[in-house]
Order: sequence, then structure tokens, then C-alpha cells
Amino acid sequence: MARAVTTQRKIVATAAAWIIGLAIFFPILWTVLTSFKTEAQAIADPPVWFGFDWTLENYSVVQERSNYFRFLMNSVIIAVGSTVLGLLIAIPSAWSMAFVPGKRTKDVLMWMLSTKMLPAVGVLFPIVLIARFLDLYDTHILLIVVLMLMNLPIIIWMLYTYFKEIPVDILEAARMDGASLRSEIIYVLTPMALPGIASTMLLNIILAWNEAFWTLNLTTTKAAPLTAFIASYSSPEGLFYAKLSAASTMAIAPILIMGWFSQKQLVRGLTFGAVK
Amino acid sequence: MATQHSRAAARLMNAPAVFVLLVWMLIPLCMTIYFSFMDYRPLRGVADCCVGFENYERFVTSSSFLSSVGTTLLMVGGILAITVIGGVLLALLLDQPIWGQGIVRILVIAPFFVMPTVSALVWKNMFMNPVNGLFAYLWKFFGATPIDWLSELPLFSIIWIVSWQWLPFATLILLTAVQSLSSEQLEAAEMDGASALSRFYYIILPHLGRAITVVILIQTIFLLSIFAEIFVTTNGAFGTRTLTYLVYQRVLESQNIGLGSAGGILAVILANIVAIFLMRIVGKNLDN
Repeated sequence: MARAVTTQRKIVATAAAWIIGLAIFFPILWTVLTSFKTEAQAIADPPVWFGFDWTLENYSVVQERSNYFRFLMNSVIIAVGSTVLGLLIAIPSAWSMAFVPGKRTKDVLMWMLSTKMLPAVGVLFPIVLIARFLDLYDTHILLIVVLMLMNLPIIIWMLYTYFKEIPVDILEAARMDGASLRSEIIYVLTPMALPGIASTMLLNIILAWNEAFWTLNLTTTKAAPLTAFIASYSSPEGLFYAKLSAASTMAIAPILIMGWFSQKQLVRGLTFGAVK
Repeated sequence: MATQHSRAAARLMNAPAVFVLLVWMLIPLCMTIYFSFMDYRPLRGVADCCVGFENYERFVTSSSFLSSVGTTLLMVGGILAITVIGGVLLALLLDQPIWGQGIVRILVIAPFFVMPTVSALVWKNMFMNPVNGLFAYLWKFFGATPIDWLSELPLFSIIWIVSWQWLPFATLILLTAVQSLSSEQLEAAEMDGASALSRFYYIILPHLGRAITVVILIQTIFLLSIFAEIFVTTNGAFGTRTLTYLVYQRVLESQNIGLGSAGGILAVILANIVAIFLMRIVGKNLDN
């Protein structure tokens, strides 16, 4: 009897979860489906679900019209560049605060996070001015630096929480055995820190990939990434749903797949280890 | 424990991060403060130094300021309410034994990885469009007149779009927290005859407190500066102009740098009031 109740409950829960899950996922599914339709089928009344002539035409049109691959390359360069630069600065910082904490370490950490509270719009114009002054407007390097600075507090916090979890005893033992600071880092810490660094890297790439405020305001053509590429579709001249869908699918696919693979690590990183 | 030597090394290792963040905060901020005291309108060739607090006065007394602060609070509050409540319910549901849990989880978290510009455009055109949108078909199917979402219910529409993007985040974090709850405690309460509602209220909710705080903190940081969703959908029209967006319009669209900078400084101050409040809570939480 009890067993029947649990099975019944499981069926109800499964049905509810699947319905909600599919509803949440639906806009993405619909976008992907629409990207394979012709424009006429995309706005057909009533909507067509699966019974349409699948076509890849939209994808080639999108690529021809606005050179998707150039935007993609810009996105890759900016996301990877800002992540690498950010890690180079954040790893030593987080390492030192996690293993050699001083009286003010907590304050420094809090201060770092507080820079994230600085509304970007408050400093947009000075950044534009500085960029023009240095002749860096619409360049990769500008976006790499700005996005690195935007995300630096978050990745320092993430790394700090990961490093904090590394047992100090092991370090002490290595020190007792006379390991130098350098060999301590290379042989003891790095292997233990790598998973944390990897997930920090993933999250930072996702954040940089999707960042829109700075990419829209600091680029025009040369360094414009996919966020800008998509925004160019917002002009009202003709609603090309199938093409918009193809462009959207191409813009989100890489990061969506990457996000799915790293979902387990993301939770810990995103909450600074405060939720376990 | 730590030697003098390692302390010095640590300071050296932390220096670049502290330095770049200081520069990042101070230089643009000082420039903005400086501009905020100028009458600076490059398009008209006006660059008058030192007009005192005139810009601040004008910004604060204009009717768009108060309405933009109201819009910001409504928008952030609405999104937080939907994502936190929805996230708790969804986390509890996904915590149940169900078939295909892994796949459902993947479906649910997907919107979090979608670019804000993409999600805004997809919702705007393919769902909320009054002629060809999917909602319009649905309304017509039931014999109702389709709604022009973004001009008739603009604030609601944007809250809806952004909530869709952030619900996965809240769900993911809260699910992790729910899963760490000991089932023994719940079973004991059930044996003692506690109703599902009181079990939720007295056991589950307090357990989730910390996770909810973190969700609210992180989302607030990101939501206070919502930009792409407004930029792509309404461009600030129909009462969807947040403080961030108002400043953006003053600075970039009307090129009134002085006025916009004053607004920017006010945005910084307001964000920091929220921040101090939030950081207190988180600081307390992180101590134990």
C-alpha cells in the first residue's frame, strides 16, 4: 500500500517536473526549431511544430549577410582573453588571502566585492573617454581589460573559497620538509587547486560571453562580439524570425553546451561556497 | 604561523589585484564626479566648469528621476519575488524522486546561459509580438484579442523576460541547499504529525535561509544594472526606464554629460546603500 502511494507520488512529481521543465526550456526549443523553417513557415498561422521542410538556408544567409564567424571569433577572443588575464591576477591574490590571511583580509575581500556594486553606467562616459584617448575604442584589448575588471571581484571570491577548502596541514607538512615557496605552489597547491580554477574559468567565460552593456557601448564594428551581432537584429526593418532564430541559435549554442557540462561546479562557484 | 617572509610575498601577490581594482574604481569615478559639477554638452560645444550642484538639483527634481527609481525598485523587487518563490517551489519539486531528473535539471537551467540580448529579442519577437507572436496565436485560439505586451504591459513583460533568465540560477542554488537537508529531521517531523505546510515553514524554510540570502545578493548585484533587456525591447519607453537606463540616455543619447554624470553618481550612491545592507547579511553568514 505504502509502496503504491510512493509510485503514484513519483508519477505525479515526474509529470509536474517535466511539464515545468519543458515550459521553461520551450523558448529555446522554439528558437532552434524556427531556425530550420522558411520565413513563411516561421510565422504560419497556426504555428507549425515539427512538420515543416527542414532547411539550413537561414544559417547560410546569416553567415553571408553579417559574417557570423568574425563576431564569433571576437566573442572567443574577448571571453578567453579576459578570463586568462583575470586568472593571472586573481590566482595570486586569492592564494595569498586564503593561505596567509591577515587582520584585514576579510575587509579587503569585502571591498573587492563592493567594487562590483559600482553601477557600470556611472563610469561609462569616463571609460569611453579614456578609451578614445588611448586610441583603444572598438579594440579587443579594451574589452578584454574592461570585462576582466568587471568580473575580477567575482573570480577572486570564487578562487578564495576554493583555496580555503584546501587543507592547510598538507602545506605545513611540505614546509616542514623544506619545500620552497615555488615548489610548494607547483607540486602541492596547483594539483589541488586545479578543479577550482577550472570551474572559475568556466563561469568567467560564460559571464564574459553574455556581457552586453560594455560590449554594446565600447564596440562598433571591428571588435564587436556576438552580443552586438544579435542586437543588430533588433531593428524593426522586416521581422525575419527564421533568420533571427538561426543567429540566436548560433550565438547561444557554444555557451549553452559549455554551461551544461559544468553545471555541477557552477553551484559552488556561484555562491562562493556559501551553499553546499 | 605565517612567517615574515611569506607575509611579504602574500602582500606582493595581492598587490596587482588591489591595484587594478583601485584604479578601476577611482579614476573613472573621480572623472564622473568632476563632470557632474560641469555643464558639459559636447554636441552643443558647451563645456562650462563648475556649476555647483545644479546638475544634481536638476536630476533629482526632474519627474523622470523619481519614476525611474520607482521602476528600478519594482523591477528588481518583482524579479526577486518571482525567482525566489518560484525557485523554492521548483527546487522542492526537483528534489522529489522523479524519472529523468538529470534531464529535467538540464532543461530548467538552460535559460541561465542564454545571452540577455538573445532572450530579449526572442521573447520580444517570437512570443510577445502582437501579430506574429506565439502568445498572439494562443490568445486568438481562445477567442481573445492579442495583447501588445511590450507597450500595454511593458514593465511586466520585462520582469517576465528577466525572471525567465534568472529563475534557473535561483533554482540551481536552492536545489543544492534543499538536497543538503537531512531527511531524518523531516521524517521525524512527519512521524510527529507535522503537516506538510508546517514542515515547510519550520524546517525547510529556515534551512534555506542562507541560500536565499546568497541568491538575493547575487541577483541584486546583476539586476540593478539590467541593460540589454531594456535596450532591445522598449528602449526605455512606456515606463520601463530604470535609473541605470535614465543615466545611460542622458549620457549617451542626449549627450548631456554633466547631468548624466550627476545621475551616475546618484546611482552609485543608491547601489552602495543597497550593497552595504546586503553585505552585512552576507558577511554575517560567511563568518560561521
